[in-house]
Amino acid sequence: MSATLQLIVYLVLLFLLAWPVARWMSAVMDGRFGWGVRIERVLFRMAGVRADMEHSWKSYAFGLLAINAIGLVAVYAIQRLQVFLPLNPEAMAAVSSDSAFNTAVSFVTNTNWQGYGGESSMSYLTQMLALTVQNFLSAATGIAVAIVLIRGFVRKSSSTLGNVWVDVTRITLWILLPLSLVFAVLMSAQGVIQNFKPYEKVATVEPVKWQTPVLSADGTPQRDAKGAPILAEQRSDTQTLAMGPVASQLAIKMLGTNGGGFFNANSSHPFENPTALTNFQQMLAIFLIPAALCLVLGRMVGDRRQGIALLAAMTTVFIVAVALATDFEQQGNAALTSLGVDAIASVTQPGGNMEGKETRFGINASALFAIITTAASCGAVNAMHDSFTALGGAVPMVMIQLGEVIFGGVGAGLYGMIVFALLAVFVAGLMIGRTPEYLGKKIEVFEMKMVALAILIVPILVLGGTAIAVVTEAGRAGIQDAGAHGFSEVLYAFSSAGNNNGSAFAGLSANSPFYKVLLAIAMWLGRFGVIIPVLALAGALAAKKRLTPSEGTLPTRGPLFVFLMIAVVMLVGLLNYVPALALGPLADHFAGFAR
Amino acid sequence: MQSNTQSMLSASYKDALRDAFVKLDPRTQLKNPVMFVVYVGSILTTILAAQSPSVFAIAVAIWLWITVLFANFAEAVAEGRSRAQASSLRGLKKKTWAKVAEGEVRQGASRDGLKWHPLEADSLRRGNTVLIEAGDVVPADGEVISGIASVDESAITGESAPVIRESGGDFSAVTGGTRVLSDWIIVRITVNPGETFVDRMISMVENAKRRKTPNEIALTILLVALTIVFLVVVGTLLPFSAFSVASAGSGQVVNLVVLIALLVCLIPTTIAGLLSAIGVAGMSRLLKANVIATSGRAVEAAGDVDVLLLDKTGTITLGNRQASAFIAAPQVPARELAEAALLASVADETPEGRSIVALALSQHRLALRTLTEINGKATDFTAQTRMSGVDISGEGVSERRLRKGAADAIARYVESLGAKMPVTVKTAVDEISRRGSTPLVVADGARVLGAIELKDIVKTGIRERFAALRNMGIKTVMVTGDNRLTAAAIAAEAGVDDFLAEATPEAKLKLIRTYQADGKLVAMTGDGTNDAPALAQADVAVAMNSGTQAAKEAGNMVDLDSNPTKLIEIVETGKQMLMTRGSLTTFSIANDVAKYFAIVPAAFVSTYPQLSALNVMHLSSPASAILSAVIFNAVIIVFLIPVALKGVAYRAVGAASLLRRNLLVYGVGGLIAPFVGIKLIDLLISAMGLK
Repeated sequence: MSATLQLIVYLVLLFLLAWPVARWMSAVMDGRFGWGVRIERVLFRMAGVRADMEHSWKSYAFGLLAINAIGLVAVYAIQRLQVFLPLNPEAMAAVSSDSAFNTAVSFVTNTNWQGYGGESSMSYLTQMLALTVQNFLSAATGIAVAIVLIRGFVRKSSSTLGNVWVDVTRITLWILLPLSLVFAVLMSAQGVIQNFKPYEKVATVEPVKWQTPVLSADGTPQRDAKGAPILAEQRSDTQTLAMGPVASQLAIKMLGTNGGGFFNANSSHPFENPTALTNFQQMLAIFLIPAALCLVLGRMVGDRRQGIALLAAMTTVFIVAVALATDFEQQGNAALTSLGVDAIASVTQPGGNMEGKETRFGINASALFAIITTAASCGAVNAMHDSFTALGGAVPMVMIQLGEVIFGGVGAGLYGMIVFALLAVFVAGLMIGRTPEYLGKKIEVFEMKMVALAILIVPILVLGGTAIAVVTEAGRAGIQDAGAHGFSEVLYAFSSAGNNNGSAFAGLSANSPFYKVLLAIAMWLGRFGVIIPVLALAGALAAKKRLTPSEGTLPTRGPLFVFLMIAVVMLVGLLNYVPALALGPLADHFAGFAR
Repeated sequence: MQSNTQSMLSASYKDALRDAFVKLDPRTQLKNPVMFVVYVGSILTTILAAQSPSVFAIAVAIWLWITVLFANFAEAVAEGRSRAQASSLRGLKKKTWAKVAEGEVRQGASRDGLKWHPLEADSLRRGNTVLIEAGDVVPADGEVISGIASVDESAITGESAPVIRESGGDFSAVTGGTRVLSDWIIVRITVNPGETFVDRMISMVENAKRRKTPNEIALTILLVALTIVFLVVVGTLLPFSAFSVASAGSGQVVNLVVLIALLVCLIPTTIAGLLSAIGVAGMSRLLKANVIATSGRAVEAAGDVDVLLLDKTGTITLGNRQASAFIAAPQVPARELAEAALLASVADETPEGRSIVALALSQHRLALRTLTEINGKATDFTAQTRMSGVDISGEGVSERRLRKGAADAIARYVESLGAKMPVTVKTAVDEISRRGSTPLVVADGARVLGAIELKDIVKTGIRERFAALRNMGIKTVMVTGDNRLTAAAIAAEAGVDDFLAEATPEAKLKLIRTYQADGKLVAMTGDGTNDAPALAQADVAVAMNSGTQAAKEAGNMVDLDSNPTKLIEIVETGKQMLMTRGSLTTFSIANDVAKYFAIVPAAFVSTYPQLSALNVMHLSSPASAILSAVIFNAVIIVFLIPVALKGVAYRAVGAASLLRRNLLVYGVGGLIAPFVGIKLIDLLISAMGLK
């Protein structure tokens, strides 16, 4: 399928699906669904939750932090204890403490940075009970924060924002669970596996041969007279195929923009993403809720065009990014073409840069997937981003560095975009001579403080983390490539962690305790360092009067505002990273040309 | 006040230059966090340049200091201007003596029989009663409790015509510093020392630089946040560069001077350097319009006003009604009615009377004769008869008793003479009322000749002003005591969006609350004591200086010219202040793109020679590229001082087109300008052979 056609079909289907989902979500969040409320009531009574009691922003924040702190402990504990727990047919050992900590933080913060290989370290129970459950809860946390921020605009002179327990329950039970169920069935019908079987040993079509160094008693390679290591021939005609309940985890991994793969190869693994068609459906699943949430905003504030404006801004940046990345990848690798390699697409070959890409997806679907997964803070991958061309790989990195607001993580994308919108409104509002207001709420000193905090924290984490990594011995040890490309690997890792994306550039050996701890800190602060100011913002907005728009109000739904918002996202989001990008991908790219 | 502007201006620039150096005091610098970073950067580069002197390091250090000085200069120019205003105001506070009454003075008391002793005006307190006679200066703000006098208020308002101040009613307030020209008044002082208008004006001017408005604080937060981000960006570049050098094995680690230069170029120095100048200039613009605001907050709020309540009389219409038509009774020639009306009004000196004379003369080419020429005797208007007229008795002519007055008064008059008011005249009278005009009926003895229509005359140009307000997004509401019919007719003619008829103080208050409950900001003007509650409720309340003390205390602004349409200027000033800030912020941030293209390749080209591809401006050398960016960054502050002082022009064209225009000028302009500027400076530097 041509790249353009693929993108058009993708966007049309996305918007068609987002519309009913948005309708359903707003009904659920407002409690406008009779039968569900009745079922809930029983659950709340059993849990001792007073559903009619509303929380202030502080109590709400406390509740969310509590849910996530408990999640953190639970995920850590299950990983450490999995050897004693059931559903462990491969007898996986306890995960090491630093790795378990990193993974726990990663899944709680919706980052799903994976310092482990799923099929080689996690039991089925850990995958299901720890990781998949957290996939639901972290997604619910993000959506709840976005809903609360919307309520901040909708409510007037109110000190409360809703009930945190009710919100999280409703999001999980009535939004994430049904969607995941449908998607999991759809996926397993097309070949994604779902079982509890032990790993299967199968005979390979041809025997596989390879060599290993012969080790002496002390573990060092034995050397011959010339000093070359002595190698032993190895041969195998069987292969181990990892099994497991993949479809059920895959569904929420995509729908909740979590991105943590069941297998190490993530969505490039044939059991996790068997065909080009499942690939396309998975891409739709990633953007479904982020797109729908924009429309939910429009519905809840009573002006649908407001939501469409946000969606339009996101879509515009997205289209440009896809076009750029696809183009860069199709041009192929400058280093190879200079050696006379034919990289022109033809009947016999896809052309372009196929390194690190699955042949069943090809360049277009891989580039599109890369942009979607980085734009949406998902982090699932169907190709190796490290193997992209310098600029082709820079586009996904830029998507992450923009602050995960181009669709973004579920909830996180919307509240991040609203923070940018407030910034745009602030500057633009001043420019037309009025105290800035957005959706009827005045943006004053306290709001600006919170906006500033939310915008400050992530670049500090990303740049600060990268700086620590490149000055310390432990940090430098993990870098695979020399020069600019090596720098890109570190920058990408911290961009991914700080922005809660979770995708990896690869190339960087992040499996050391140094990276595990530092990245975990970046993930945690990058998540809650933004959520708390956003909740405070919601609280302050809810307490304000709601102004009716007049002729003099800055219109926040036309093309002009969409353009303005894109400009602010670009300027504020990207300017911070320009020097770093110059030392990474840009130097890398121009070096390619110089060669 | 504006007499010696020219000489003052050149003196103020000299003062400003001196102040720019005085402001290098770190305590002053600390007040502006963004410029403080530049200040610290200047000190650091100076030290670095002293340690290892090079042309480049010394040049950067000098230009960083110049950046700080330019920002100081901008602030000093604005302050110098307002200081000039303050000192001319202070001139009003000459040492004066007041005659203070001993003991209690009743309302309406005579000046005779009371004992007065002299007291210095500065020691007058609230509640003191003073006597002010012809030639005296009013010692402090107060309210006239007895007497009537003409007062010269030109010192405050710039209006040379004297005004009448008398006890009771809405013209009872006097302002300290004005001069009584004739007669005498007894005034009860309403302020304590340091609270008078002049004091408040001076303190407002002086405070403008110290106390930041809410919006200014919010903007400062944004600027500080950007500064912190760029501190991190530049701070982390040192390890990044060190790593790159080690890893690529070529080039040198980026120089500290370069990093500081990059930092100063990236942080929003342009807006930060001009921010306080914008605020001070805005306040002094308002003062020039003769409006005193109690706070900068009130001025900012004025920019957000959605609804404007205006009194009909004096604001929308001229204070007086004017004759617009004669409607003759059947069988009465129009000319006869006009002539009778003319004769009946010869002695009438009221504006209405004069307008009847003028209409009769112009419509029927009648000759104007004086009372003695027609041998007439005037009958004045009284509240009892509610009519006026002239009795003419001449030789050979039977005596004529010409009367004009309200319809019911004339009806009673002719009935008393045994006649009846014709039905057609009654219908005409009703019709006139329905049109929103006032009918007068003219009678010659017992014979009713017809009616005169007196119309409310809408001020010329007011319709256009309301249209301008509508374009700003402000809804205008006319408030009047007239009945609905009259009100509706005038509202339609004046082009207001809505009206409140038969308004009582309670109704006004209720209207304001209704709008506020809808989330609208309401502005109103008022002068009477009965306006005070509504003024206190309104978000922006402009009291007329001629109004009562109660009204002035309830409002948050006072218009010294007592011109109710002044609100439009206040709104524009408020908007201008915000627009200037927003536009320069946009400009400042947009500038960063070009600066990156200048500095980033220059800083890292030794490590990665391929990065010279980013040198899109083809700047001659890395050193000159960085220096050009620094110089541009400094010079742009001076270039924008006029914009900061004058303010970005406000046009009532609606929010979207205003935004489009300012985005184009300051956003796109801010993107392009530095590319051109930096390239030009680079050409200059290389032409001078500095590098």
